Amino acid sequence: MLELRKDIFADERDDNLNEVGKGTQRQDMLGHVTGTSTYFNDHKLQGMLHLRVVRSAQPHARLRRIDTSEAERSEGVRRIIRGSDVPRNLNTLLSLINFGKDDEPTLAVDKVRYRGEPIVAVVAETPRAAAEAAAKVRIDYEDLPAVFDVEEALKPGAPTVNETYPKNTFIYHERYDHQKLRFGDVERGLAQADHVLEQRYQMSPIEHAPVETNGSIAAPDTNGRYVVYTSTQALFFSLDTCAKILDLPSNTFHFIGGTVGGGFGGKVDTLTEPLAILAAMLTGRPVRYVLGREEEMQFGPPRGAERIYIKDGVMRDGRIVARQIRGYFDSGAYTRLSSYAVVKCAAHLPGPYTIPNVHGDIYCVFTNRTPATAMRGFGITGIDFALECQMDKLAHLIGMDPMEFRILNAYRDGDMKAHRREAKNTALIECVQVAAEKAKWPMREEFRRMSSRKDGGGARAAVPSTPRETAATRPAPAQQRTSYDRGLSSPPLEPPPPPPQSPAPSSSHGATRFSSVFGTRRR
Amino acid sequence: MTKTPLQFRHNGREVALFVDGGTNLLVVLREMLGDVTPKFGCGQGGCGACTVLIDGEAHLSCLTLAETVEGRAVETLDGIKTGPNLHPLQQAFAEGFAAQCGYCTPGMLMAAKALLDRIPQPSREQVVEAISGNICRCTGYEPIINAVLAAAASRRASA
Repeated sequence: MLELRKDIFADERDDNLNEVGKGTQRQDMLGHVTGTSTYFNDHKLQGMLHLRVVRSAQPHARLRRIDTSEAERSEGVRRIIRGSDVPRNLNTLLSLINFGKDDEPTLAVDKVRYRGEPIVAVVAETPRAAAEAAAKVRIDYEDLPAVFDVEEALKPGAPTVNETYPKNTFIYHERYDHQKLRFGDVERGLAQADHVLEQRYQMSPIEHAPVETNGSIAAPDTNGRYVVYTSTQALFFSLDTCAKILDLPSNTFHFIGGTVGGGFGGKVDTLTEPLAILAAMLTGRPVRYVLGREEEMQFGPPRGAERIYIKDGVMRDGRIVARQIRGYFDSGAYTRLSSYAVVKCAAHLPGPYTIPNVHGDIYCVFTNRTPATAMRGFGITGIDFALECQMDKLAHLIGMDPMEFRILNAYRDGDMKAHRREAKNTALIECVQVAAEKAKWPMREEFRRMSSRKDGGGARAAVPSTPRETAATRPAPAQQRTSYDRGLSSPPLEPPPPPPQSPAPSSSHGATRFSSVFGTRRR
Repeated sequence: MTKTPLQFRHNGREVALFVDGGTNLLVVLREMLGDVTPKFGCGQGGCGACTVLIDGEAHLSCLTLAETVEGRAVETLDGIKTGPNLHPLQQAFAEGFAAQCGYCTPGMLMAAKALLDRIPQPSREQVVEAISGNICRCTGYEPIINAVLAAAASRRASA
């Protein structure tokens, strides 16, 4: 059981909270409705300069020559910043927790790896002067072959996107090119299933498109410090990232944020602060760097695209006996947080279901696309989309109600999850029951009586014997069938015992238990 | 660069200044007059965060050349309170949880005010139409629509 160390802040704790079910006013609401909430860009500082970035027009190219001479002479320009001006011009966000290699420059030096990548920063007296000077920067590109598809990027001979990871995959623990999950014998499970269904799912990148674009204002403070007003969602994370990139102690910076004009995950990448601070350091003046809308869409990181293959073996009675998953996360040109998204995805397999044979391979792949980042449940959302589409298709395939099909396969307290952890506090059955109830979805009585708290464990708690794989890479699954009904050729592999059909007292069935949470006990 | 003199009423107060050619009203309000209640969202007329009222009509200040408001009355969120009291729309937004990140709120409120000033008792469809140029990415449209209708209802009750 999870242990809560309540002793640590005992004098500040209040266990008698009673907030659920009643409205509590936001502390920032009065500021919002009066327009007095202070966003980063509502600060106007004396002598403020404006920073604009010259971005790559190419998805993948060597930078032959960067000519800023005309821009430097442009009216109102105070400083041109190049990659060589950045103290530590290579970083990866999660290096703060020792995860991954530095793979991303603040300003590109030798090559660009996605369209919109920053190359040069222009600092000028007005936004217009900065834009006009930026247009005068001449960049000589030598185009390189680009790759935009995750599976193309893994083929032999594919162009290397990011030299830090020459095979176009993130490397875990300095040896593994993907996250792997093995539980039971999925090949045997598929061979013995009544039906096998293999499907391909593709999710597009999704732009957060916050109404407030990413940006920050940095200004020299007294005592050699810099004050930074920022739109960031991750204040101290951004502060430490700036300390690393600018090679200064973190107490050099005083970050002020907290009022964010929509983030949704798109404001955690420390996109603007390092250059704004560096420009303030180099000019001695306050500097504002705010993305325009087009920049927000092109350069602002999206939720990464995902391609997911799922191959399931299912019995005629509805039990899923094998699930094999191959997933490819499109990280774009740099890692940012996608390495972590892949770990989350692998940890989520095979979804909230008890399946005796599970096999997962999830890759974090580099392509010449805008680097991906966090967004509401990233790592989970895509795989859940695929899994739940697959669940509907499986139910249809065997002629079973999709709600009942989920309840039948749902994990229960005491079951063994594919990660060899016991399932605790499970609630999928009750969630499905409540959803069915609210949607007035007809469901058979026996399924309305099932409970996450009953009939789990036992044989379902066993860790199945799992074949060890040889060190050599396994070939891709040879089976690429798209016709799923294979008939019953061999006796089924031992599936988890079917959920018991014995009726439970109706007063305690899950739907009622959950409905009471909403205060709408129906029956 | 040649400057053009510009004079208009800003929330009931006469203001006069000199602007560069091509300056938009949003920049005049935010950068020159220090009224940061209209927000920059896109600069393309796509999001409505910069909505202000010009002679009572909702306009996108990011696409309005400053020189075109010469002699006219410009109203922003900064001017809709009556003394210390919130405007009924502000009250209804606060009570109805009609703001999350708050960034679209000034534009939403001004679009809603233009509607209620013109049609004191709008239908739901008219409210939807009135805020159709305003994007809320926190996806809070339902509480916003309900808040506008609640503000209209509270006015009717107090009338």
